[in-house]
Formats: sequence, structure tokens, C-alpha cells
Amino acid sequence: MLRQLEGSRAVAEAVAACRPEVVCAYPISPQTHIIEAVGALVKSGTLAPCEFVNVESEFAAMSVCIGAAAAGARTYTATASQGLLFMIEAVYNAAGLGLPTVMTVANRALGAPINIWNDHSDAMSVRDAGWVQLFAETNQEAADLHVQAFRLAEELSLPVMVNMDGFVLTHAFEAVDVPAQDAVDAFLPPYLPRQVLDPGDPVTIGAMVGPEAFEEVRYLGHLRQLQALDRIPEIASEFAEAFGRASGGLVRPYRSEDADTVVLSMGSLLGTVKEAVDVCRGRGTRVGAVGVTTFRPFPGHAVVDALASARRVVVVEKALSPGLGGVLATDVAAALSGTGVAVHDVVAGLGGRPVTEASLVQLLETAAAGELGRLTFLDLDRSLVDGELARMAAARRSGPTAENLLRDLRVVGGRWA
Amino acid sequence: MTSGFAPVKFYQVGSFAVGNRLLGHAERTVQSDPGRTNALTSGHRACQGCGEALAARYVLDAAMAATGGRMIAVNATGCLEVFSTPYPESSWRVAWLHSLFGNAPAVGAGVAAALRAKGHDDVRVVAQAGDGGTVDIGFGCLSGMFERNDDVLFVCYDNQGYMNTGVQRSSATPPAARTATTEAVGPAPGNPFGQGKDLPRLAVAHGIPYVATATVADLHDLEHKVHQAMARTGARYLHVLVPCPLGWGTAPNETVRLARLAKESGLFPVFEAEHGEVTAASPIRHRVPVEDYLRPQSRFRHLFEPDRRSDVIGRLQAMADANVTRYGLL
Repeated sequence: MLRQLEGSRAVAEAVAACRPEVVCAYPISPQTHIIEAVGALVKSGTLAPCEFVNVESEFAAMSVCIGAAAAGARTYTATASQGLLFMIEAVYNAAGLGLPTVMTVANRALGAPINIWNDHSDAMSVRDAGWVQLFAETNQEAADLHVQAFRLAEELSLPVMVNMDGFVLTHAFEAVDVPAQDAVDAFLPPYLPRQVLDPGDPVTIGAMVGPEAFEEVRYLGHLRQLQALDRIPEIASEFAEAFGRASGGLVRPYRSEDADTVVLSMGSLLGTVKEAVDVCRGRGTRVGAVGVTTFRPFPGHAVVDALASARRVVVVEKALSPGLGGVLATDVAAALSGTGVAVHDVVAGLGGRPVTEASLVQLLETAAAGELGRLTFLDLDRSLVDGELARMAAARRSGPTAENLLRDLRVVGGRWA
Repeated sequence: MTSGFAPVKFYQVGSFAVGNRLLGHAERTVQSDPGRTNALTSGHRACQGCGEALAARYVLDAAMAATGGRMIAVNATGCLEVFSTPYPESSWRVAWLHSLFGNAPAVGAGVAAALRAKGHDDVRVVAQAGDGGTVDIGFGCLSGMFERNDDVLFVCYDNQGYMNTGVQRSSATPPAARTATTEAVGPAPGNPFGQGKDLPRLAVAHGIPYVATATVADLHDLEHKVHQAMARTGARYLHVLVPCPLGWGTAPNETVRLARLAKESGLFPVFEAEHGEVTAASPIRHRVPVEDYLRPQSRFRHLFEPDRRSDVIGRLQAMADANVTRYGLL
């Protein structure tokens, strides 16, 4: 049943329908509405049996999940940005131990400068942690992905991260059909752990492993990711059969079958990308788009297949690896190596900067004309950058960059005023 | 006897412990029971004379006895974890989970939450760490576990430093002690005065149901406190002093004697507290000057050689005297 819901609310209800037994959370914008709603469902007894643990940090949140999952409980938490960084040691640990926690990341920029708005820097910072990383395009998909995530995580004993754009999705109200309880119950079997802390059958979990077997343990983790690559589309099609709509999967093409120039992107940005594609198509420019739903494991073959007709790919992403360029673009380039398809990195929308249809249309037309460079910073205010470069050249003690730029923009007053 | 090995003693000397054979069965220690769990069993790689290995077996065997074997152990990274689980072996005969250095209290809280959600109310959780995993890197998680009153007994095996990484200073290292990061050099050799964290008192300040200190020297007292802790629910804290021959520079056969001297000198007060109030303290039986405790430890050698540092010894004696007053140890 379609209802007008905030994205966070939809996700909270979908998570509750998955019947997690231990939920723990530490508040951080823009994740707060999700855990508030789950917390209320537990407190009211709607979601039971479930323990909701208000922890003192994100590091503790993931650690509580680790303990609870090892004791055989279905576990869930949510975080964003600095919170994900603060729990990163435990994020790696959950994957290394093979514990199937599901975590929502309400994607947000990383400081400094502190910034609460959306980009994908947080998720990219843990791309090598061994987690499955899924990216939702819409609130409907965000809700649906959580149901699939628990299924995948528990089948493979692998933690799964569902990424949804902070504010853009978490705080947006739109019509969502939250997966119904009976349908979720039919789709998601009870959690049967591969390893569990049981006094009646005691095992040692988390033993030290030296050079004798460490590579093998890591290789098995890699194999589980490769298994996920097979299972994700299968689970998505089972979900489509059970719930009557397409959500999840590896990649999602849009008007790309005969496109020379294809935009590849992740998350809510795809909505604007598709509109820009429509505009360009209306002008007769042969462009298309491919949405990447699964970022880890990286679906290299699916990406190559989806780009079969493309001569060039424009990877528009809300992340930057300073000194390199795009992160997703690097993976795409590796997948396309030897195919002759040109890959252009476009870094866009950092720290919540809007990525407009107009900018994307212009970008696509430039790319289609063969005039786009290898690395582009979309809508970069060059005069602002040049002003700071000039200041740094003029004086050693040029001061804090962030404040300087805000003063140039007249967001704050002059230092001596 | 072979030179290099200490002479074997067949009778306890200098101990006030009552032999088990003089006690009724109910008063005998868990360790005297041949059917004890041996939670940490033989074959581990701890150093000879390791106080932590001894205490860990005492504590977990007592906890297993108290719970009828319905117990799960969570372990922080550190000596205890490293020497007990070298791949592909494990010395644990209990359900045991190690995650990270600083998160054992939260992992324990997670296990407890899962057990509650799944209705396994009879299974109890014991989390354990060294002093580094407790007073330093684990303190945030521990304070959170205390504050939420999570149903976990947290045990700190305090050997007063980072012994696993090569004897560096922790905030449980006593003043004047030499460590690899507070060397016995310069005008104020060893760990500075005026620093450090008194975790048992911080635990008491959280108002949790039960806090106790103990040493590895007094088995009856230690087991009694584990039983007291396991008879209660909510957050409980047990702080056990465990001498470390490597880090303290002591002979392996001196471990128990040094733990006893720490208590008898007043430097390590042994007490119990409930809900924020100190309720009992173990009196000093034969008070000794701190010098008797310090002198056998090479980490304090610079207090006696080449020149006697009476000023520093005096400050340590004053700390012991303050404990005697605070807890009424005489």
C-alpha cells in the first residue's frame, strides 16, 4: 500500500518488518529519524522481541552488533559520516568475523570542514572493509533493499551496508509501499548462524591468525563477496516476484542500449541524471545512463555488459580520492580496461552541493561532443579557488582556508571587521 | 635441583589462607574441585608465573560454577587473548569471543542484549580485559556499559601496563614505575606522580550494583567476589591485581607473594562496593612498608640504586597511608 512517508520512516518500518532482535544506535545527522522511529517501535512493543540499546558511541554501536550477532541475534544499526569513521575498526572486525549485521548509512560528507550534507565520502572510506555496499536510488528502493540485505547478509554470513543519500532521501517525503509484514516473513527466514556463542557447545570466535592462514581467511571473505555477486540479482528477482516491483540488483541501465555516451552514477543522483538524459535525447544526442546499485562486490561484468554500446563513459560521483580523482570511476576504468571505452571522472555534489539538470545536460553535451577532460569538478567556483591560491602565494600565514572562502563569499564578516 | 629454577615448596609460606582440607565442602574453593571447568586450560603460551593467566582461570572457573556452566566470555585484545588463541589452537573451554582491544564492554553488552531478546535468561556474560583495555582504550565503552547497567560482569586483570606490546605505560601504571615509555632516566625517573586513573573508584561512582577489587594472591576472596558478582544482575565490575614477571621485573615464583604485598602494604586496597557505596574492605593482616613491595621489582630498582630515593619512596608510602585511611584497612 502506497503511503506518503519520510524516507527514514519508510526504512525504519521496513527494518522493523525484518524483525531485528538487537538494534543499537548512536545519533548522528542525517541518520537520526531512522533510529528514532525504530526505537519508538521497540518501546511501544510493536517490534518485539527486540532490544534497543542506546550506546555511547558509534564504535560501541557496531561492537554491540558484533556481540549480539555472535550470540545468534539478528542485528541492525544505522550511522553516517563521522560516525562511520568512528566505528571503522569495528566495521572491519564484523566483516572479518563473518557476522551478518545490516547497517544503514545515511550518506554524508566527511570533515574537515565539518559539513552535514550529502555526498558518498563516508561509504567510500570503508569500501575495502569487506562489507556488501548497496546504494538506494529512491526511498522505495531504500526500504526494499533492507529486506534484501538481511536475506543476503544472513545467507552468506557477511555484513551488508545499505546506503541512502542523507537528507535527499532520508528527509524527503514521497510515496512508499513499505514491505508488508507477512510478505517479509515469507521472504526472510529466521537467522541461522554459522557460528554462535553457545555454552552447550562452546567455540572460540575471534582467535588470532598468523601468516599460516591469514591470507586464506581473507580469500574466503573475497569468495563470499563473489558469491554475493551471484546472489544479489537472484535475491532481487525473488523480491520482484514476491513484492511486485524491481529493487536492488547489480546495475540498472536507462536508455543506454544504443547510447554512445553513458553516464554512470549511484544513489539519488540517478533521478536527475535520467532527466538530463531525456533532455539530451530530445535534442537527438545519443546518451544513456547506468545506475550502480551494488558497489561492493563491484559488478565489473555487469558494468561492461551495460556499457556494450558506449564509446565513452562519464562517471558522475559524489566522492573524491584526493590526488587521484573519482573512486567509482577508478573501478569502472579497471572493468573497462582493454575495451577502448574512454572513462571520464566527474566529481560532483560534494558536501551537498546540488547537482542540477542544467549542469548535467551541459556536461553530457560536452562529453558527447568529445570535449570532456579526464577529470572534471562539476560547477567548481574557480574564482573562489584562485582567490585562496593568491592569498596563499602572498602570505605564509594566510589563515584557515574554510574561513577565508566563507569571507570571500560574504557568508562571514572580515576577520578584523 | 637444576640451577636457574627456584626450589620447590610444598607448603604455603607467608599465607593466611586456610587449607581446603580444614574446610567444609561448601567453603572449599572451586579450584580445589577436580570437576572445575578449567576455563583456561593448559597449553597456552603465557609467560611463566603470569598472574593474569592464573586469575583468568580462577575467575572464569568460579563464574562457570556460579552459573552452572551457562556462561559466555568476551575478551579484549591483549596478552590474555594472544597467549590463549594462537592459530590453530585455543585454550578456552568456554564459549569465547574476541573482537577488538577497546570494545569488550560493548561486545559483552551486545551478547547480553541478544540473550535477553532470544529468551536465554539463564546464560550470563563475563567480559574481560587487561588494564589497557579497561582503563585506557576501553574506558568509553566500559563507562557506557556501566551507565546503561548492562547485565555483564566486567573483569579487569590489572598488571599495570601494556605488557603484550613490550611493557609500555598505561594509566594504571603506578608512579615511579619504569616502563618502556617512562624510562628510569632523568631527574624524575619512571612514571610521573599525579597521573593515573583509579578505575575501581570510577566504577563505584557510576553507582552500579557491585564493584570489587581483589588480588590473585587470595583465592578464597577472589572466588567469593565472583560469586557475589554473579548473584547480582546489571553491570558489575571486578578489578584483579595480577603481577607480571616480565613487566615488573620479578621472579616467576614471586607473583602471588607480590600480589599479597601490594595489599598488605596498602598500595592496593581490597574492597567491595554496592550501588555507589563502599560496603566492605579487607583489612591488612600484617602491615608492611611499601619498600618491602617495591624492592623485589626491577621496575622500581632506580628507587634503591645507585642511590636510595627516600623522597620517592616516601611519596609512595603516603599513597599507601591514604588508602589505609580512606578504606579503613587497619
